[in-house]
Parts: sequence; structure tokens; C-alpha cells
Amino acid sequence: MTQPHLPPEVMARAREIVALYPHPRSALIPLCHLAQEQDGWLRPEAMAEIAELVGITPAEVLGTATFYDMLHTEEVGRYVVTVCTNIACMLRGAYELLEHAEQTLGIRTGATSADGSFTLEDAECLADCGRAPCLQVNHRFFGDVTHDDFDRLVDDLREGRLDDEVPRHGTLVRVRRDGGLRVDAVSLRTERQAAAAAMADRAAASESKAAAAASESKSSESKGAG
Amino acid sequence: MAVTDAPRIVTSRLEYDDSHTLERYLATGGYEGLRKALAMTPEAVSHDVDAVSLLGRGGAGFPAGRKWSMLRKAPTSYLVVNGDESEPATFKDHLLIERDPHQLVEGVVIACYALQVTTAFIYIRGEFALGLERVTAAVNDAYGHGAVGRDIFGSGFSVDIVVHPGAGAYICGEETALIESLEGKRGFPRIKPPYFPAAIGLYGEPTVVNNVETLSNLPWVMTHGAAAFSALGEGRSTGTRLFALAGHVRRPGVYEVEMVKTTFRDLIYAPVLGGGLPGGRELKAFIPGGASAPWFGPDQVDLPLGQDEVGAAGSMLGSGSVVVMDDSTCVVRAAWRITRFFWRESCGQCTPCREGSGWLEKILRRIEDGTGLESDLDLLMDISDNLAPGVSWPPQQTTICVLGSSIPSSIASAIRMFRDEFLLHVKDGACPFGAGPHG
Repeated sequence: MTQPHLPPEVMARAREIVALYPHPRSALIPLCHLAQEQDGWLRPEAMAEIAELVGITPAEVLGTATFYDMLHTEEVGRYVVTVCTNIACMLRGAYELLEHAEQTLGIRTGATSADGSFTLEDAECLADCGRAPCLQVNHRFFGDVTHDDFDRLVDDLREGRLDDEVPRHGTLVRVRRDGGLRVDAVSLRTERQAAAAAMADRAAASESKAAAAASESKSSESKGAG
Repeated sequence: MAVTDAPRIVTSRLEYDDSHTLERYLATGGYEGLRKALAMTPEAVSHDVDAVSLLGRGGAGFPAGRKWSMLRKAPTSYLVVNGDESEPATFKDHLLIERDPHQLVEGVVIACYALQVTTAFIYIRGEFALGLERVTAAVNDAYGHGAVGRDIFGSGFSVDIVVHPGAGAYICGEETALIESLEGKRGFPRIKPPYFPAAIGLYGEPTVVNNVETLSNLPWVMTHGAAAFSALGEGRSTGTRLFALAGHVRRPGVYEVEMVKTTFRDLIYAPVLGGGLPGGRELKAFIPGGASAPWFGPDQVDLPLGQDEVGAAGSMLGSGSVVVMDDSTCVVRAAWRITRFFWRESCGQCTPCREGSGWLEKILRRIEDGTGLESDLDLLMDISDNLAPGVSWPPQQTTICVLGSSIPSSIASAIRMFRDEFLLHVKDGACPFGAGPHG
């Protein structure tokens, strides 16, 4: 047997994520992000292990992953630069910015630099149109980007000055879920029934209080009807 | 052009740098709405939401209360939050997710209580890395505060919230595609009927899918009462709404304004809102409700920001995005870019959308490049007719979801409003605006 690809701590986190969902396959996309955090992209070995974790075939993992722009089934650079060129950014010079980015990075859109540091992509709307033209580096936003800003940004990334703000490609969410994990199904059902009973009691109590008030002001006949 | 002094319902905390923290949230009345809701019966909470006519803020504008009432009764049902905001030039949920995540969490728990749902999934667009971190942290803190989890605030009601990241696909904003994606599959929309989420949703169980902004209104509705909410706006369009203003304006951004009482003119020109067009430019056209919406011209700028009012004028408020184009804009290029977007984001299930979007993109591209033919205008409309028969508004549908039928909107608008500009491209063999590079 070959060594497992994903290290034990990543596997442990993966199992935690699977446990969050009523059906394991729902964890597929979060696990793909986890594998990208490990490797920077989705390696076939990682997809095979994800398949096993969620109970489907590696082909189904690949088939799903290729639908999504953020999941890379081929190696990408340490920094994936996505320049938005959709309508709001286009009206504010996005294509000129993309052309400038190609010159600065020395690569065409869609390519990765020879040293493996940058991949350049042309993105659909990234929902930061108040600061158009905008771009993301490893899904961290930069807005109102001038050509000079872009060159400075590339310098800063190359020199490691933005390491805190921009983790290497694949690291999406650095905050982990630590609350409650999952309310288990059995106690949840019990608690839900108890809650429903408590609510019914409360409703009955307020009704009888209202009825009592009504009977005080009127006759006692109405109470008998209830 | 007065802008009304309506209270800010969902953006009240944005002046604080720490608006995303539990401390700030609690100091500004946070989770009081939930406490109030938990003291009521679930039916009473649902009734309030139905009474205020809270129209869904995602794009379709379906009343939230009615959506809730359609949920099929079953032992297991789910609430799914649609935070996959990807409609071009729409960036309002992005703001709420990053800047006021507790308000969203509180809204989610209120909705869960009203629906007696005990598991909620918050699906957030994958590209919102910071938003995902903020909402995850907020959910963690809310568990610690007793606002999520078992026996919330001692009420006996329990709910579990799972924050789920998307991975970059526009179509997952469509609710049935979002459900497929949440089940770990390609984001292929499901056909309705029978797959109305309220009947057959997540894992085949009844599911309510609500937009981020819709749910973010609930804490305020609970604390201030249904009457205060209904007093804002007019007709069915009650309350305030977020508008994401982009393109050729001095002050692009997200603005919360009172519905109907505010007009497109206010939004675009008021000094405290859009501030007008820069460089003394004139308004050429604007897109009132996302890339799927038919365009408006300067003569429609006084229309009120109301769902029915804009609908009657032949377009939609849609996703709450307004894109302003000044007189330096090449409309062929604008229509081309929007069409290119649909072509890239078509899921590929239905032939008219998958093939039609590509054809339309290529024809628009050649017109823009100066190699188009006069007959291309008819060809564009003919292909559009295959996607949305009659190319009317609201559009007819030949595909599983509305993405396909949304594609012709920008093309038909551009041709109807600016036919001469298309013909000029063909006659001169070049773009009269000397358009720059494109992909």
C-alpha cells in the first residue's frame, strides 16, 4: 500500500467536516478546499482520498470539481491573480488593467509564470464593484486598482510583505468552526419535542389566563363552553 | 430630490470598524430581536413576517412570508441561506456578510424558529474568503453566547448552523442549483415542477431558501415591530432596500434607501448617494436590476425604486444592482461583455442556453470588432427568440432555469435603444468609440 496523501491532521479535520452534514457527499466542496489548502491545487491523490471520505468514486469528485472555477485540477501558482472584467469593472478600465497585468507578470491570461509564483485569470464579477476595477489574489480583495498599484502589489507579494493578508493559494478560511459542532440527531429530536411541548403549555397558559380574565368581566358561561 | 429620512435597517452598524464582532453587536441591540421572537409563538413570528410584505431581496422578489407558508410539513426540513451573490454588479450581500455577520446569524435563527427548522446551512460564495471567516467566527461566538445551539437563551428551542463555502459558479445562486451544490454535486438547476424546494429541496426534504439581505431584515422587524417596517415604502414594496450602485458614478457603493419613495434619479444623482456622473458626462443608459434586467434610458430615471413600478415599466429591480453607463460607453461592447458572462456561466444542461450564449457572444464580438454584418442584428434577435420566445418581458422560458431566458435582455435592450450604433459599427468596420482591449 502506498502512503496516504493527506496527512493525519488534515484527515482528522476532513472527518470533522464530513460529520457536519446529514449526508457525507455534502462535504465534497469543503474537502476540495481543504485539499487545496494542503497542496495549492487538487491533486489526483487527494481527490481519491476525498472520494473515499464521502463515499463516491474519484471520477465523481473530478466531475464535480471541474464545474467550479475555484477548484484547480491542474497546478497553479503560489498567487492566483483574478482580475474582474465584468461590466462594472469593464466600464472602469478592467481590460486595460488585465493587459497591464499580462505585461507586468510576463504571462498571458490563463497562464502560470515559469517560476510558479503567479497565475493570471480573467474573472467574472467578484462583487466588489464599489471599488472597480477590482481583483483578488488568492481570494483576498484589492479595489480601485491603478496600473501603478498593480505593480506595487506584485512587488509586495514577491517580497513577502503581504504574507499575513494573502496566504498561499488554496487557503480559504483560516477561522475554524469551534462551536457546538453538531447537535446530534437524537437529542435534537428530543429537545425539539420538549420545546414544542413547552410552547404548547405556554400557549395554553396564556389562553386560560385570557379566558379567566374574560369570565371575571362577563359571566361564567363562556368558560363552560371552552 | 430629497432622500427620505427612513431608518437604516440592515446597515445601522457599518459606521463601526468592529461591526462584525459580538461585542459591538450586543452593544447595539444585537440578539434582542431573537429574544423577542422566542417569547412569541412560531406562528406569530411567521405571521409578522407575512404581514410586513418582506419581498425577497435575492432577485425574484417573492414575498418571504408566503415562501415560508409553502413549506411542506415534514419531520425534517431545512433552511438554506443563499449567500452566493454573483449577479454582475451586485455587491450588497457581500457587505452584509463581511460587515454584519451576527445580524445574518440572528435572522437565520429567527427564521428557523418561525419555521421550526433545526438545521440551517449558510451557503457563502467561495470567493468571499473574508466573509466566510467573519461568518464562521460569528457562528462560533453565537454558539458561545447561547444564541445558536441547544436550548437557545433557555427557550428550549435548538438550532445548528453550518457555514458552507461555494467554489465559484454563478449558477449556484439559483436556488435549486445551490441545493445541488450543497449536496456536493455540479451546480445543475433542477426542473420545477416537481423540484420546488419548499416541497422537494435539500436531500429531498422541504427546504426554505432565503437571501442574506432578506434574513438580515428580521432582527429589526422583531425589535421594532411589523407596523414600523410596513410604514416604510409603499404598496407591496415595504421597508428599505440595499442598492449596489456601480459604473459611471462619482460615488459607487451600496446604499440603503426607502423603497418606492426613492427614485433612480435620487440614487444616481443625490450628493449623499451616487453623486452624479463624473467628468460632466451625460447618462446614456442604466441597468436597473442586474445583468438579467432590460436596460432603461435617461427618460426612465424618475421611476421609483419599487418592485411593481419597475416591473410595470418593463424591467425589474432584480438583485438590487444599478449600473450606470455614460455617453462614452459603447453599448455593443457592454452587451457583448454581459453576454460573454452568461456564456461562461451557463451550466450546459440545456441546448438553447449552452449553444445560444456562445453564438450570441461571437456575433456581438464580431460586430464590436468591425467585421459584423447588418443581418447580424436580425440573427441576434432570432437566436434570442430561441432562448426566450417573443423576446418579451417578463421572458418566456425554453430552459430548466431562468439563466437562459435572461441572456437576451441586454442584447434586445441595446438593439432597441441604440440600433444606429450597431449599424455604425457595421458600416465603419470599427467601433466608433475606439474600444480598448478585450479578452
